[in-house]
Amino acid sequence: MSTASHAHDHAEDHGHDHGPPRGLTRWIYTTNHKDIGTLYLLFSLLMFFVGGSMALVIRAELFQPGLQIVNPDFFNQMTTMHALVMIFGAVMPAFVGLANWLVPMMIGAPDMALPRMNNWSFWIMPFAFTLLLSTLFLPGGGPAGGWTLYPPLVLQTGDAFPFVILAVHMMGASSIMGAINIIATILNLRAPGMTLMKMPMFVWTWLITAYLLIAVMPVLAGSVTMLLTDKFFGTSFFNAGGGGDPVMFQHIFWFFGHPEVYIMILPAFGIISMIIPTFARKPLFGYASMVYATASIAFLSFIVWAHHMFTVGMPLAGELFFMYATMLIAVPTGVKVFNWISTMWRGAMTFETPMLFAIAFVVLFTIGGFSGLMLAMAPADFQYQDTYFVVAHFHYVLVPGAVFSIMAAAYYWLPKWTGHMYDEKLGQWHFWLSTIGVNVLFFPQHFLGLAGMPRRIPDYALQFTEFNMMSTVGAFMFGFSQLLFAYNVIKTIRGGAKATDKVWEGADGLEWTLSSPPAYHTFTTAPEIR
Amino acid sequence: MAITRFTKWGATGLAAAPFLMWGAGARAELGLNMPQGVTAVSREVYDLHMLIFWICVVIAIGVFGVMFWSIFHHRKSRGAVPAQFHESTLVEIVWTVVPMLILIGMAVPATKTLVKMYDSREAELTIKVTGYQWRWQYDYLDQNVGFLSVLSTPTAQIRNTAPKGEHYLLEVDNPMVVPVGKKVRILTTAADVIHSWWVPELGWKKDAIPGFINESWTLIEKPGIYRGQCAELCGKDHGYMPIVVKAVPEAEFKEWLAQMQAKNKPNPKTANDDNSTVKIAGGQTL
Repeated sequence: MSTASHAHDHAEDHGHDHGPPRGLTRWIYTTNHKDIGTLYLLFSLLMFFVGGSMALVIRAELFQPGLQIVNPDFFNQMTTMHALVMIFGAVMPAFVGLANWLVPMMIGAPDMALPRMNNWSFWIMPFAFTLLLSTLFLPGGGPAGGWTLYPPLVLQTGDAFPFVILAVHMMGASSIMGAINIIATILNLRAPGMTLMKMPMFVWTWLITAYLLIAVMPVLAGSVTMLLTDKFFGTSFFNAGGGGDPVMFQHIFWFFGHPEVYIMILPAFGIISMIIPTFARKPLFGYASMVYATASIAFLSFIVWAHHMFTVGMPLAGELFFMYATMLIAVPTGVKVFNWISTMWRGAMTFETPMLFAIAFVVLFTIGGFSGLMLAMAPADFQYQDTYFVVAHFHYVLVPGAVFSIMAAAYYWLPKWTGHMYDEKLGQWHFWLSTIGVNVLFFPQHFLGLAGMPRRIPDYALQFTEFNMMSTVGAFMFGFSQLLFAYNVIKTIRGGAKATDKVWEGADGLEWTLSSPPAYHTFTTAPEIR
Repeated sequence: MAITRFTKWGATGLAAAPFLMWGAGARAELGLNMPQGVTAVSREVYDLHMLIFWICVVIAIGVFGVMFWSIFHHRKSRGAVPAQFHESTLVEIVWTVVPMLILIGMAVPATKTLVKMYDSREAELTIKVTGYQWRWQYDYLDQNVGFLSVLSTPTAQIRNTAPKGEHYLLEVDNPMVVPVGKKVRILTTAADVIHSWWVPELGWKKDAIPGFINESWTLIEKPGIYRGQCAELCGKDHGYMPIVVKAVPEAEFKEWLAQMQAKNKPNPKTANDDNSTVKIAGGQTL
């Protein structure tokens, strides 16, 4: 700070040189997109470990048949909480954090369009999750009816029930605010010359994702509110005894739930579409078709929800419609995969950690896509539904899919954010241990499901023992190798080799024109777009 | 460079991992795949499953083959110079249309099988299956036979204080008995929360939902005992409500039915009065 008499005169000239305030209040009051991005990402990392610990409880119990470690009710609490924490606490906030950090820097904006709301949308999250996690210590324990909250079962939840509903409401409010902010930023704050079809793919995928969020989070809020009134205010929305319909909840829930699946994967597509061209040293193949494919996937996500419900007894015409619509999603998804591979084709590739994660994403996400195609076949789905085959499928798209893309993004942009290179050797170790671990963890679950093991059971028949053991070994390997990631991130924040501004030889985009680390306020004057 | 060599070996390991697992699975006598089952429909479902599986395998080999070829050859360490091409409308159209055709090829048999599965006309016997927390009730409609079916595995086995039996968690006190060679209509419903009735050897599962009656059918060709489990999370003992179907020749079935009818005589209401039945039966919970 300069002296009082000069402060006003020079405020405009030196505005962008102001560093952040010091201490805890910086983080509480901050309206800076970089600070809020950091908060989101660290919160997400914390929740990743919380949700991961729950997964390890589940896998430890399933190491052998019989009940060893937990009782069935606590087991169900773990499966329910693991899903809620990972979806709403780890994956979604990580993407919002990445959007906060990157969208303004990629479109040449000084900050997010609505900075105060940005602060609010982050700071709701810790409260929402305190509320959610506190239910584990209530009499009767946490929610145990599955993250899908199906009535009538979920209405049997004890004291935890209203806490869970309120927590979901808060997460939803936070997500909607985050989405509004991202849309407002992208549509209003692009630097002159940054037309929509010049935007980086990450920005495109987030723009579409944000619309999905605004469309479906209120639907989730509505459905959980109906659960609340069914439980406490005598309504019968979902109570057959009162003229209601338990299947209607599933329709409403999955009308939210399926777009939600794409909310967790479209930004990942964006990240991968940024990383592969950098390390192939070649522009993204089929940019326009990538944009159209993303938009098609988003549109289709609204008309496929009942493929989660093939066994509820829909009429034949309904089954056929949702089967055909679901199969169609394979087309734009295929286009994306083909475009990524064409981007690699005849490039000059190097394989730093972000690229390794991106390649593993393409392979393993595609495997998840194949099992998704199998699940789309209604008659075959009658066998797969609610088995470990489904568990394997969605973990393949969520873990080596969404989570790997987040890790790729972290390694890719950490040098830009912190000004330090991460430890490459450690990054490679983390990659190989994670990739081997995740396959040992989830690949055998395909076999378990096909052989007849239902999901969400704490104990199982003897023929499932070997693959469960294998899966548990993989789980612990994958889980503990994430400590390497946390260590590497902390180490990079605290120091390390100085990163250049461009960081990667093949990097392209506005964020790489800034210094590493970027100033606290960047692009206070809009950059020139060629 | 050290990193490159590390990468190469790692990539080989990654590519081999699933195959190694297949190998390990094949050696042990484990369930690796969907059972073909014991009905015409279950075999059709199995064939459909294998058809899609092999289509996916072929596509995977093609796509990943191209990718890994590129990864090994188009690398900077081998002196590759990046090309700069970045779009082609023709190839975009090709890789949109070709997958569409493959999908149509999959949709045709899937539709045929689905239509067949939905045709429950001309059934010779109807059994109503009601899910409770945590047991199944079987009512043979118009036969005056109804009973509960509860897990019979002793708690000691679950708590690891006794050695586990061969059919651990897949055994019940009263199996559902059906005749072979007869089309049996199965109506599923539930009395408390949603359950799902699933016997893999029959080729399908159907949710049991309070307030709804879902219709399915099966025609078992081979006498035998077929085991399954509740497939929809239904509370703490969801993992402990197995299903056992005993398929017997028709004569044997008639005999069994007569026995059951004789047993049911004193209380003809049982079959249709769910509440009284629940009170009579003491289910095992943990």
